[in-house]
Amino acid sequence: MSNASPVVELRDAVVMIGGFPLLSGVTVEMAPRSLTVVTGANGAGKTSLLRLLGGLITLSRGYGVVSGVDLKTGDLRELRRRVGWLGHEGSFYDDLSAEENLTFAAKALQRPIGEIAVVLERVGLSRRSSTPAKKLSAGQRRRLGLAWLLLRRPETWLLDEPYASLDDEGRTFFDDLIGDVVAGGATVVVSAHDPLRSDSLAPRTLTLAGGLVVGDDG
Amino acid sequence: MIRIALLVAGKDLRIERRSRVLLWQVLPFGVTGLLLSGLALGPTQAGHSSAAPGLFYLVMLLVALLMINRSQVIEGSTGTKTSIATLGLDPAGVFLGKALALAVELWLTGAVLLAGSVLFLHTALSGTLSALPSVAVTLGALGAAGSLYGALSGGGQGPATLLPMLSLPAFAPLLIAGERSFSAALRHGSIWRWWVISLVALVAYLALGILLYGVLEES
Repeated sequence: MSNASPVVELRDAVVMIGGFPLLSGVTVEMAPRSLTVVTGANGAGKTSLLRLLGGLITLSRGYGVVSGVDLKTGDLRELRRRVGWLGHEGSFYDDLSAEENLTFAAKALQRPIGEIAVVLERVGLSRRSSTPAKKLSAGQRRRLGLAWLLLRRPETWLLDEPYASLDDEGRTFFDDLIGDVVAGGATVVVSAHDPLRSDSLAPRTLTLAGGLVVGDDG
Repeated sequence: MIRIALLVAGKDLRIERRSRVLLWQVLPFGVTGLLLSGLALGPTQAGHSSAAPGLFYLVMLLVALLMINRSQVIEGSTGTKTSIATLGLDPAGVFLGKALALAVELWLTGAVLLAGSVLFLHTALSGTLSALPSVAVTLGALGAAGSLYGALSGGGQGPATLLPMLSLPAFAPLLIAGERSFSAALRHGSIWRWWVISLVALVAYLALGILLYGVLEES
């Protein structure tokens, strides 16, 4: 881990929803420009950890700071602006085309519309730019999600099971892009059922079980 | 806030235009409802005109419930909600945009159903036309209240029965004011007393939505 202040700092973080603990006391730090893979079985708390880091659920007990925002007392809306989220389910307006979805995001963030063509080219969707999101394949939707994040350029990328239903070519594409993003200065947290089988990336792997970190190779 | 409102309204209307749910499902439902109402009143035209305003707003209420639900469902999937949440949009702007888009859809549907009331319920054309300002404001207020109560009822993820249960008490004064105003217009009376009630409701629901939409989204 580098000497720079951690982007993520959790101590005994507990998240309760309806009396049920989704996270039972997670303690972890993540450095800037790092890649962390969170693995574990279904229900281990992978998605909950990512949602906590994105300010999308609230910290019930413990201490947590992400990108300088205190998860208990800070402005979670501000934190959300600093993170990018790519879920394994649909993340777009299905009836809008790839380009229209990105145009909405660009206008909302007051980014130049000209960047849309660049990011679509980067993720290999230039030829499908006018295709409604609901007609894209699972892999193409995942690429559209990446285009959305490339357009937003968030400080922290939270990727929830991005490899689900991707073929080898898709996985390699994802690995390459994630490598570029980390090299570009972003912090990336990926949830996955299994440890990453990547030749190009050397991530830190956290293993979760029952809402607790039970393994950390970093 | 206005920039986000126009952006969200444009997006919602584009989605409706693309999906054609309004055109091929909601509008035929409303026209059929009005036609059946006309048939239920019997073959003579006696009494049609006096019942027409109430029937018009009853059908508009059913249509509005479908549209409100639809307006929330397009934001509905967890992934979409999360992606949009990370854009950090101003919730007041989102509310205004959704209310504006809903109002535009209600105005378009209302125009068709007003024509339907002339055809099927035999309302006088001149009286129907003079009711337009009142109908426009009432449907605008219905759009604002609908966006607020749509979020309150779970934003497309709550049970489908919750929206009518929660919203009917809020919609009732609007529908009564609209009906009275429409009736007054058909009798060539003054519509303005009831029109003001709809206008006050419109302003009140817009203010409430601007203040509360963010809280409802968070909860």
